[in-house]
Amino acid sequence: MVQLSCTDIQLNFGGVRALSGVSFEVTRGDIFAIIGPNGAGKSSMLNCISGVYHPQKGKVVFEENDITALPPYQRSKMGIARSFQNIALFKGMTVIDNLMIGRHLHQHAGLIQGGMFYGPAQAEEIKNREYVEEIIEFLSIQSIRKKVVGTLPYGYQKRVELARALALEPKILLLDEPMAGMNLEEKEDMSRFIIDTNEERGVTVIMIEHDMGVVMDISHAVCVLDFGKKIAGGTPEEVQQDPHVIKAYLGEEDV
Amino acid sequence: MNINLDETTFAKLLKANAERYGDAKAALRSKTRGIWQAISWKQYYERVKSFSLGLTTLGVKPGDTVAVIGNNRPASLFAVIGTQAAGGVPLCLYQDSTAAELALLLENFDVRYVVAEDQEQVDKVLEVRSRLSALAGVIYCDPRGMRHYRDAALISFDELLRQGGLHDEQHPGAFEQGIALGRGDDVAIICLSSGTTGAPKGALLSYRNLLGMAISLNQADPKRDSDEFVSFLPMAWFGEQMVSLGSALLAGFTVNFPEKPDTVMVDLREIGPHIIFSPPRVWEGIAASVQVRIMDTTPFKRFMYNTFMPMGERVAELRLAGKPVPLGAKLMYALGHVCLFRALRDRLGLSRVRSALTGGSALGPDVFKFFHAIGVNLKQVYGLTEVSGVTCIHPDGDIQGTTVGKPLSGNEIAISSAGEILLKGPGIFQGYYKDAEATAATVTDGWLHSGDAGYVDANGHLVVIDRLRDVLELPDGSPCAPQFVESKLKFSPYIKEAVVIGRGRPYLTALVCIDGRIVGKWAGENKISYTTYSDLTSKPEVAAFVEKELQRINQELPAANRIKRFALLYKDLDADEDELTRTGKVRRTVVEERYRDIIEGLYQEMSGMPVDVTIPLQDGKSARINTTVHFRNL
Repeated sequence: MVQLSCTDIQLNFGGVRALSGVSFEVTRGDIFAIIGPNGAGKSSMLNCISGVYHPQKGKVVFEENDITALPPYQRSKMGIARSFQNIALFKGMTVIDNLMIGRHLHQHAGLIQGGMFYGPAQAEEIKNREYVEEIIEFLSIQSIRKKVVGTLPYGYQKRVELARALALEPKILLLDEPMAGMNLEEKEDMSRFIIDTNEERGVTVIMIEHDMGVVMDISHAVCVLDFGKKIAGGTPEEVQQDPHVIKAYLGEEDV
Repeated sequence: MNINLDETTFAKLLKANAERYGDAKAALRSKTRGIWQAISWKQYYERVKSFSLGLTTLGVKPGDTVAVIGNNRPASLFAVIGTQAAGGVPLCLYQDSTAAELALLLENFDVRYVVAEDQEQVDKVLEVRSRLSALAGVIYCDPRGMRHYRDAALISFDELLRQGGLHDEQHPGAFEQGIALGRGDDVAIICLSSGTTGAPKGALLSYRNLLGMAISLNQADPKRDSDEFVSFLPMAWFGEQMVSLGSALLAGFTVNFPEKPDTVMVDLREIGPHIIFSPPRVWEGIAASVQVRIMDTTPFKRFMYNTFMPMGERVAELRLAGKPVPLGAKLMYALGHVCLFRALRDRLGLSRVRSALTGGSALGPDVFKFFHAIGVNLKQVYGLTEVSGVTCIHPDGDIQGTTVGKPLSGNEIAISSAGEILLKGPGIFQGYYKDAEATAATVTDGWLHSGDAGYVDANGHLVVIDRLRDVLELPDGSPCAPQFVESKLKFSPYIKEAVVIGRGRPYLTALVCIDGRIVGKWAGENKISYTTYSDLTSKPEVAAFVEKELQRINQELPAANRIKRFALLYKDLDADEDELTRTGKVRRTVVEERYRDIIEGLYQEMSGMPVDVTIPLQDGKSARINTTVHFRNL
């Protein structure tokens, strides 16, 4: 079943055309990878889905609702969460606090109730904290739960960022280069967490990733962009054999 | 409590505790969602019962071996006692064993069922299953990652408990009848010996051995039912089974399990245990971590540490020597307690510790002094797996850093004509699993040959020198225990491991493994760039730095025992490569064989030698090391 579809997306920054006529569909329960050379428009595409950019033309439909015009916060409410290419956590706060902020959408206590911290506000806090602890266990970051994020090594920060996105209880998770700058072991751990997120929590994942080994191993469907255009799409095997993709990645021999 | 050793088994003790404490007292505690959750004695009993009946429904017969592998958690204890109640014999294995090691052990001990913690352990067992004819199934505890496994041999722990519960409904009273049949002389556990000389052997220990030893240890070092204990060492180590099973069932104290292996220090502090029984490695690690953190801390804290610590050590020295402490020193110590020691103990989770024991191998005198200085009444125990753990202990008020104390009541020690320590007591084991030859060589006329060299000093304390076969003779004819020199070296925060060599040689040399993290930090501060551990060890500056450190340590050693030359090894000693036992003891013969070229080089007065080797990595890949080993004179 199609959960998210982008149709004929066109995005301009002044005279620069970042995306032109990109269309694809994401099936519920898939790990969907967007790949392409630098500057191909991958992050722009993700931003069109999360609502940071609004395309000049085209339509983004999420679970049969047209969300093209909606602002980002309404999209998160509908169940679209994201992580960033450059870590965007609150560096001066602890891991737990960062994750609790991820639960913001699910907290309804007002200023006075929250300030008194009594009754429903307290019950809500406990419920959310329990959810956060469940995620901490899921991503096995128990040993750092009370550490300040800025003091953590890079690999852990990336994991905390994934954790915060999961705290939103998303239906679709957008990951912008979740494995950038990681060593082999960290990449293996992260791949494992992405697969578990997808299979155990039933979250659809859309990710941008440069490591072709990872993409081909864990994704169900791939979309290839080059210079703002979609040049191929399909299963990893199909995409790997596509002459356009080979050309985009390896260039063409001069004759 | 009066214990009849003819009749008592762990399952019977558990039942008695469940009846006595019911739901009113926590028997075990582990963390769920970051919060400590108690398991009462009654719940403990119920789980053991379900597990045990579950095993019966699987077809476990009396005498079958059931292996338990994984990090410490309540399920390990359910599995051990549940297996015993079903008539089987539990065998705890090291969770970091490689698949090949596991295959050997599972095969040697004819293991029928394996209780594995998680996917990682299950994978290791399934990988070598074709070699294991006796293996009938694998019980896994954590379902994470197991969703695609469709193997008929796999059973989930929860499912087994459910089946056991059903069995109990259909056959009420069957479990109670079953455990009533247990006798004190039944084999309770198979426990791995440390295996410094070769593959670990399995020592068979009866309930009489384990409980007899626990009772005499309790007399010398009492435990109360209000005590807390944190179980963070591998269950396969005998000491851990002794405390978390035997002692806990006997005294009724609470056993706590850390959330994760990397949260142990935090969990220790939260629980504040009264009882700690650890091998020297753990105490050395704590002492080293303090020294490192003091280097990193604020100047004020460093000042406090450097002011009060030497004073604490002086007072500790006087007390350990049994000499009176002058009033002035007492007052300063009290000030030190308020300003430093109290806070330090709290940070380390040692605020409430009453029974702090170290055993398994020798603890360096400096580490010993360190803990006494901060007010932890650390006591040395001496024993072997083959005598159910403990034969000697420091009596309270008569603690000496260089000895291992006096025999427990009911135990005897003697020194053979060859200088070997012989032991006798209620804990002497039933024999090695299927190895009558080795058993006969170890026990003669009721005396157990420890393999350790030692003597009894004027105060009646046993002094352990080293493993008998490791004691060297120096050119002047005097004996030298490499272990003593090594423990002095290892007290330096920069040195992680040291192997002293000198048998049949004109002088002593050492292979030194630096602590990569701490020396790496030093290198960073001194603007020495490096890439890997082996690159770090090849830096002349690092060698010069370690040389200075060794020169300082040499000054503290008797002149005959000083190191003349040393080499920095290009890699850490590793249990996966057989260089260490799983408990972290050096396998001397393996090390001396593997680094023979380097050792020869040390004695041929070379200044260094090139090395080009390939070493296996943890994930099955291998890495090539191409570097230079420096030899330095001292």
